[in-house]
Order: sequence, then structure tokens, then C-alpha cells
Amino acid sequence: MLPPGMEAASVPGAAALGQTRRVGDRVGDGILHGLTALAALIGVAIVFAIVWRVADGAWPAVKLFRLHFLWAREWNAPLNKFGARDLIVGTVVTSFGAMLLAAPLSIAIGLFLSELAPPAIRGPVGTLVEMLAAVPSVVVGLWGIFVLAPFDAQHVQPFLGSALGWIPIFAHGQDKVESTVFTAMIVLTMMVIPITSSICRELFIGVPTELEEASIGLGATRWEMVRTVVVPTVRGGVVAAVILGLGRALGEAIAVSQVIGNFIPLKLSIFEPGDTLASRVAGQYQGAITNVQIASLIYLALILLVITFITNVAAQRVVKRFEFQRTGGA
Amino acid sequence: MSEPALSLKATGRSRRRLLTNRGAEVGASAAAAIAVAALLVLIWSVGSRGVSALNWDFFTKGPAVFGEAGGGVAPALVGSLLLVAIATALALPFGVLAAIYVSEFAHPRFGRQVRLWLDVLNGFPSIVIGIFVFALCVKVSLPVVGWGRHQSAIAGGSALAIIMLPLVARATMEVLTLVPNELREASYALGVSKWQTVLRVVLPTSLGGILTGTTLAIARAAGETAPLLFTCAIAGQIVDWNPSHSVQSIPLMIFQNSESPDPNLHAQAWAGAFVLIVFVLVTSLTARFLLDRSRRKLGLQR
Repeated sequence: MLPPGMEAASVPGAAALGQTRRVGDRVGDGILHGLTALAALIGVAIVFAIVWRVADGAWPAVKLFRLHFLWAREWNAPLNKFGARDLIVGTVVTSFGAMLLAAPLSIAIGLFLSELAPPAIRGPVGTLVEMLAAVPSVVVGLWGIFVLAPFDAQHVQPFLGSALGWIPIFAHGQDKVESTVFTAMIVLTMMVIPITSSICRELFIGVPTELEEASIGLGATRWEMVRTVVVPTVRGGVVAAVILGLGRALGEAIAVSQVIGNFIPLKLSIFEPGDTLASRVAGQYQGAITNVQIASLIYLALILLVITFITNVAAQRVVKRFEFQRTGGA
Repeated sequence: MSEPALSLKATGRSRRRLLTNRGAEVGASAAAAIAVAALLVLIWSVGSRGVSALNWDFFTKGPAVFGEAGGGVAPALVGSLLLVAIATALALPFGVLAAIYVSEFAHPRFGRQVRLWLDVLNGFPSIVIGIFVFALCVKVSLPVVGWGRHQSAIAGGSALAIIMLPLVARATMEVLTLVPNELREASYALGVSKWQTVLRVVLPTSLGGILTGTTLAIARAAGETAPLLFTCAIAGQIVDWNPSHSVQSIPLMIFQNSESPDPNLHAQAWAGAFVLIVFVLVTSLTARFLLDRSRRKLGLQR
């Protein structure tokens, strides 16, 4: 309570206090607030500008081919016939194939680095794996052309072909093909592993030690602890990590275009050349002459944009739901 | 009466459990070994092929006439330098300011939105960003911007800047949240206004982390090829420092040479890859070291 005789009005109110701030401070606050808001706005605006410009560039092709573009097979520049089906299939096959290899490997690496490795190894191996992420894609592609592809053609393909050749996707012809869908998968696997495995490691390290100790205390082996406590606790995060890796694989243009052979129509076997959305754009944009071809290539980029956007939003959704579950359930 | 000897050897079920455990451990270790081996093989092949093609001419001369041995990549080196400088000059201020907005000024709801869209931008394939800049700066001439209708280092640098922006912003946000609130409150208690608190207390404290994030972003941008495909030149014969001209760059040189039939150009591609990989690895290792140090410093202040 205020002492008698001292009315509330005579105490300088909050609003009045605000007025006592120096003009320079108020202006400075306003300017910095405005500047930073502008920068943030520009960052967000770039996202929408990209979508708008790409959609705009693709518009002539969208008008001409409509959605039929999505399942038309032919890509014939002289006849002005363009279709994306084989490229979409190629993109999905290479990326999912890469994730099929990369996801279990990444989880295993994450587990090794968080649960298994002695501290002296943890740091160096973790840094090495993360350094793999820093290797530029064009260098991985160069290595893919001159080292990995010949090795694949001479050793891996005959081996897998003779072991699994009765399955059509592993069918292996007589001649050794160097630029293949399979090589692209391996290259993508190498590029994705550092991303997913470092996220997995962080997740596994974040699992409360009490939970792990409780499990060990109840007599579980280390593997049983991982299977019943560690992985289930962070399942959502692991799924999100895999989806993020998938997004990276879907959008990779350069390394894939270097090793995949840039050839459609797609064959059934993964030991044959193929092509993906991103790699076709990278490979043909310079040489594109007609407006229809340019627009069709941008149409491909638009499809890619939609696919990667959906993947990223899905990953964020999974993370959000997972965080909600964890905090809501506790 | 003698007790039957108790064996500590696991049998039956527990033996099976222990074997499964052992198998899983071996599997996880093997996976890590494969990843490390892949990196070592990669670095070894780039190193062994790259070093032999390195010489003084490589750094100082322009490319040789087609089919001839010798020559260098001086134009590409200068071009890469120019591109990365432009990209950093654009991405650093915008990224840091956007991050300051999110963590110091914005209502949490707006902040979340900005962060979300920056993540989306980070997830965009780099080739799409190349097409965007191509459509914006190269194909359509903007009278305001003025450098119009041709490929240029500014166009390529802008494309790289868009790739760097979310990386810089994200790293800055993370380090700004690490700045202890006590520092801000102490500053307010002394009567310092918000903008001065941000510029004189918060930013200097987080400078190390911001530099780390920027360095990592530079390492990433230096190796990007896809955004430069449409915005920069493929061939460059002479060293050119003019940012409004089209410039050659190291990643694009590697990409181009790797698809050519000339073994001399292959050797140059390997040498370029070696230079690039050394640059990228050294920068990211330095950044990591700086990050550790600045984290420790922030931890001590708490």
C-alpha cells in the first residue's frame, strides 16, 4: 500500500519511465530491431522467391505437358518431347537404395561412437566421420568416376551379379559398365552417412544415463540395452535423421551426374546407366537450346523442389511429434 | 558330500544372449571401420594423384591449349576466391542480423517461423538455388541491379550466399542462446539500452561461435558446384578480378575436367581436388577447434 498523501498518480508510472530513456537509445533500439527484422524477412522471402521463380520458369512446360509430364517416359530434345517418369524413378531408386545402405550403417556408427568406443577413439573417429561430410560433392564424384566405378565394374558387379543375378534388378550383362545406378547409390551412401550418423550419435548420447544403467542393472546385455532402451527412447529422432539424409540424397546433382551415366530410358537392372532429376538438370542445362527444353528442365527442378520440401517438412514434423511425446509422456 | 562345481561359463540362453551381444558389438565397430576406411581411401587417392600433378605452374598459369601438357588453374583459383569473398560478404551480415532478430527481438512465435523457413532453405537442393539465381540475375536483366544479362561472379557469389545464409544464421542462433542471460541483465541493470547491449555485450561474447559457423559455411560454399553451373563461366583463360565478369572456379574446373577425355586435364582435376580438400579440411578443423575454445570460454563465464 502507498503511504497516505502519496497518490498513485504521483509515482512515475512505467510509461513515464519509458519516456526518460534517451532519444538515442530509443532510436537505436528501433533501428536495430528494424534492421534485424528486415534481414530475417529477407531470409524467409528468399524461400518464397525461389519457389516463385522456379515455378515461373517451369510454367511454359507445365502449360504444355501438364501433369502428363510426370509419367511420360520419353526425353527427346529434337522432337520436343519431354517426360520425367524415368528421372523420378531414378531419383527415388538411387536415394532409397542409398538410404537402405546408409541408415543401418549410420545407426551402427552412432551406437559405436556413443556406447561402445573407448573415449580415446571416440573423438578422432567422430571427427573423421564428420570430415567425410566436409568433402565437396564434386570431389566425391571425381573419386567415383576414376576409383569407385572401375572397382565396382571389375569386382563388385560380377560378384553381386553371380550371387543375386537371378533377381532382375541385379542382372549383370557381359560387358562391364562403369557408369551405373549402383555406383551412384554407393556415392550417395558415402555422402549421406556423415549427416545421419552424427545426428544419431548426438541422439544416443542424449539418452539419460539412468535409463541405461537401470537396464544394465536389471541384467541386460549391452545389445539388449540398446535394443530395448536406447533406440526406442530416440526413435523419432533417428527417423528424422534418416529423412534428412534422404533429402540430401534426393537433391544431390553433381556427384550423381558424374557417375550415373546420364542415360534414360531406365533399365531394370541397377548395373546399368540411369539418371536422376537433379543430375539431368545439371547435365543438360548448359546445352539446352529450345525454350521448351529449358522450361522442361526447370519443371524437373520444380518436381525436385516439391519432393525435397515434403521430405524436410516430414522430418521436422517427426521431430516435433517426438519432442511432444517425450515431454508430454514424462 | 561335495557340492557340484559351479561353472561360471554361460550356457544355453545366456550364452546365446552374450553371443548376440558380441555380434552386435562387432557389427557396430565394423560399420565405423568402414566409414573411416572410406574416408581414408578417398583422401589417399586424392592425395596420391593430386600431389604429383601439383607444381608452380598449376597455381600461376592459365589453362594450356587443348591437348597440350602443362598449364594451370590460376583463373579458377582467383575466381573461387572472388566467389567465396562475395558470398561471405553477403551472407555474414544478413545471417547474423537474422539470427539476432530471432533470439533477441522476435516474439517466440515469429522466431520459430523464421527458423523453420531457414531450415527449409537449408534443405533446398543447391542446384535449384543455381536455377533461381540464373533466372533472377542472369536471364532477366534487372535494371536496378544493373549487371544484367550475363553470368558474373556477383551472380555466382549470390548463389553461394543463399547456401551460406541458413548455415551462418543457424550457427549464430545457437551461440546466441549460449550467452548467459545474466550478462544481458547486468547490462540492463546498468542502464544500457537494448541495442547497445546486443552490440557491445551479446555479440562480442558470441563472436567466436559466429566466426566458427561462418568458417564452416565458407568451407561448404568453397566446394559447391551445382549453383555455379548456370551462374558462372565454364572456361576462363586469364586471371580476372572484376566481379561483374564471369569467372572460372575450382569446383567447376574439377567437374568439367573429370568429364573430358584428356588425361592431362584429369591430372589437373585431381590436383584441384587436392587443393580444395586441403582447404576444406583445414578450415573445418580450425573451425571445430575454435568452437571448442569458445564453448569452453562461455562455460567458464557462467
